[in-house]
Amino acid sequence: MNPRPANPLRGNPPKIRRGRYPASENQPSLPLQGRVGAEEKALWLCLHLPQLALDVFSRGSTQQAPFAVSETRRNHEWVLACNRAARAHKLRPGMTVSAACAQLAELEVKPRHEAAEREALEHLAAWAGQFSAVVSLVPTDSIVLEAGGSLQLFGGLKELLAHVRVGLEELGYEARLAVAPTPLGATLLARNAMEEPVTDTQRLLSRLAPLPMRSLDPDAAVLEKLQGLGLRCIGDCLRLPRDGFARRFGPELLLDLDRALGKVPDPRIPFVAPPRFASRLLLPAQTEDCQALLFAVHRLLLELAGFLKATDGGIQEFFIEMGHYDRPPTRVTLKLVAPNRDPRHLQELLRVRLEDFPLPEPVQDIRLVAGEILPLPGRNLDLFREHESREANQLLLERLRARLGDDAVRGVCLVPEHRPERAHRTCAPGDPGPKPMFGTRPLWLLAQPQRLQVMQGQPWLQGELCLRAGPERIESGWWDGQDITRDYFVAENPKGSRFWIFRERREKDSWFLHGIFA
Amino acid sequence: MTLDTLLQRRDIWRGGRLSPVTGGGLSTGFPELDAVLPGGGWPRGALTEILTTQEGIGELRLMLPTLARLSRGDRWIAWIAPPRLPYAPALAAAEIDLSRVLLVCPRAQTDALWATEQALRSGTCATVLAWPRQSNDRALRRLQLAAEAGKTCGFLFHYTRGAGTPSPAALRLRLEPNIQGLLVHILKCRGSFVAGPVVLTLSRSP
Repeated sequence: MNPRPANPLRGNPPKIRRGRYPASENQPSLPLQGRVGAEEKALWLCLHLPQLALDVFSRGSTQQAPFAVSETRRNHEWVLACNRAARAHKLRPGMTVSAACAQLAELEVKPRHEAAEREALEHLAAWAGQFSAVVSLVPTDSIVLEAGGSLQLFGGLKELLAHVRVGLEELGYEARLAVAPTPLGATLLARNAMEEPVTDTQRLLSRLAPLPMRSLDPDAAVLEKLQGLGLRCIGDCLRLPRDGFARRFGPELLLDLDRALGKVPDPRIPFVAPPRFASRLLLPAQTEDCQALLFAVHRLLLELAGFLKATDGGIQEFFIEMGHYDRPPTRVTLKLVAPNRDPRHLQELLRVRLEDFPLPEPVQDIRLVAGEILPLPGRNLDLFREHESREANQLLLERLRARLGDDAVRGVCLVPEHRPERAHRTCAPGDPGPKPMFGTRPLWLLAQPQRLQVMQGQPWLQGELCLRAGPERIESGWWDGQDITRDYFVAENPKGSRFWIFRERREKDSWFLHGIFA
Repeated sequence: MTLDTLLQRRDIWRGGRLSPVTGGGLSTGFPELDAVLPGGGWPRGALTEILTTQEGIGELRLMLPTLARLSRGDRWIAWIAPPRLPYAPALAAAEIDLSRVLLVCPRAQTDALWATEQALRSGTCATVLAWPRQSNDRALRRLQLAAEAGKTCGFLFHYTRGAGTPSPAALRLRLEPNIQGLLVHILKCRGSFVAGPVVLTLSRSP
């Protein structure tokens, strides 16, 4: 007789696992032990962030003042998490905030920011996209990613884990990493701080057995019932017959056990990164200090770098917005010459810009918003390292532009025009432009011709000017209303300075200085 | 600090002994000038100061052969805070590749010094021409160190700075107009005794 379990869709929705496919209704009535997992080759890595509530505040700064995050339950404020400095003063999660403050007067307490935690988890998932093509969120404090396919790329599980660990540390998260053949198995191990990787289903069974049933997050009523029957750990439940277990505790819990052990497939909805990057970092205390701001920005840039690696692109424009207490946020925009994703380079540009940036008020949070994601310019290895020098050339431009503005950094090019003042213009540096030919031209051209003194019909500039070469007649521009009719000469004054001057042919005795032969 | 370590410092110059000239100079394009400069040209990886009291005597024409040659490489020819916009047709006529010309026109004077230092230090500029309006000894020393770090030839043009003020630059020239062209006084040159003035015949076209 196979008792038909209640439809799991009609029961309580699963609490922690969003994005599950509905379970199949018929479960064969075999003992839980002794079946082979469906996907043996898959390997899942779980990143569990036990201190996420705290990390969203504290990772923006290096300061280590006692700090705690509180949560309101039953009309009381409770300490949800506290940092190391607070723990050193014997503060523990679960105390009331008033008791904690009585014990440590300088304790800073902030209410839990769940929206920021959710955002942080999503950004972390986008960042983790660089390690695996399949990343999935496990609300509220974990991420699972399929690691089996990435081992080759990173040179083995140990190396992959080292990469992830270093990356998380740089981002400012305290994380536990666990590896198991199933996503739920990995999550359970990570939640119980069992960080030794488990790669086969048999070992998984023995590792999961001692874990408390609490870590599967059953309903409070179910948990009470389990405890009433003395079923504390997963192993206790696995020894029971399946059908009875499903009847007593609901099919959902049975299904979870099966999923954890890999007996039924556990497909996850992959996390899809947003098309653009925007991330915010809360600062634990308001600050105006450039170094502190740069520290926070660095964390955001690392997030951005991971995001860009996952999408295999770069950005050419981004801005940071520094939020103030009662003022509109201050925005700093940076544009790059070519798409880039190197966090060190971006950090350097921001450092140049922020160093003497006038902030109207202390900053309480920083947002980084990246522009469109562009493909990185392809790069071939070449013999003469031409690419490197070209890139280095661009870096100088970007650094100068970051501080001086785009208009201050330019190149010059020629314009095929006879009128001297229109024969040149500024352009983007490095732009070759056309190549017309001219007669003798001075190295400095005045922006506006200057009228020269005339004495006895001769032009003067710090003495009588002696005409050395010319005239070169230039008549042009009648079609656009700025026509000129001039005779140009090279002239020298008694002191030996050489100038480019012209005679306006429409007026008598009117001479102008137009250039200097520097 | 012992006397020996003091004497090892680069900014101590002892008249009796000449510090060795490292590497050949960068030819100026004027054999007469190359002949009197130690290393046979502009000092590499160092600052050169060019002092004049008046404009339009050929202070830039002096640079043209050097610029034309350097512009054939793939590094920038940076003009920092020039008093005017360099006229592109004249540069092109002197066979300078315009695509290598980088103009930096900062608004603030401190930014000009900063940009000069960045350009010198980056190593991506073949040469840096700068027109600092005011510069003290400390700023010049920073620039000289930046030029050494980036192995870049830096040229500072002063229209007002007196020849009497001390300077850490490796080479200082004072220019004067002359009936034949340009009279170049060498005020200071590191690594050699100061030679007498040189008369250069500049091409009459720019």
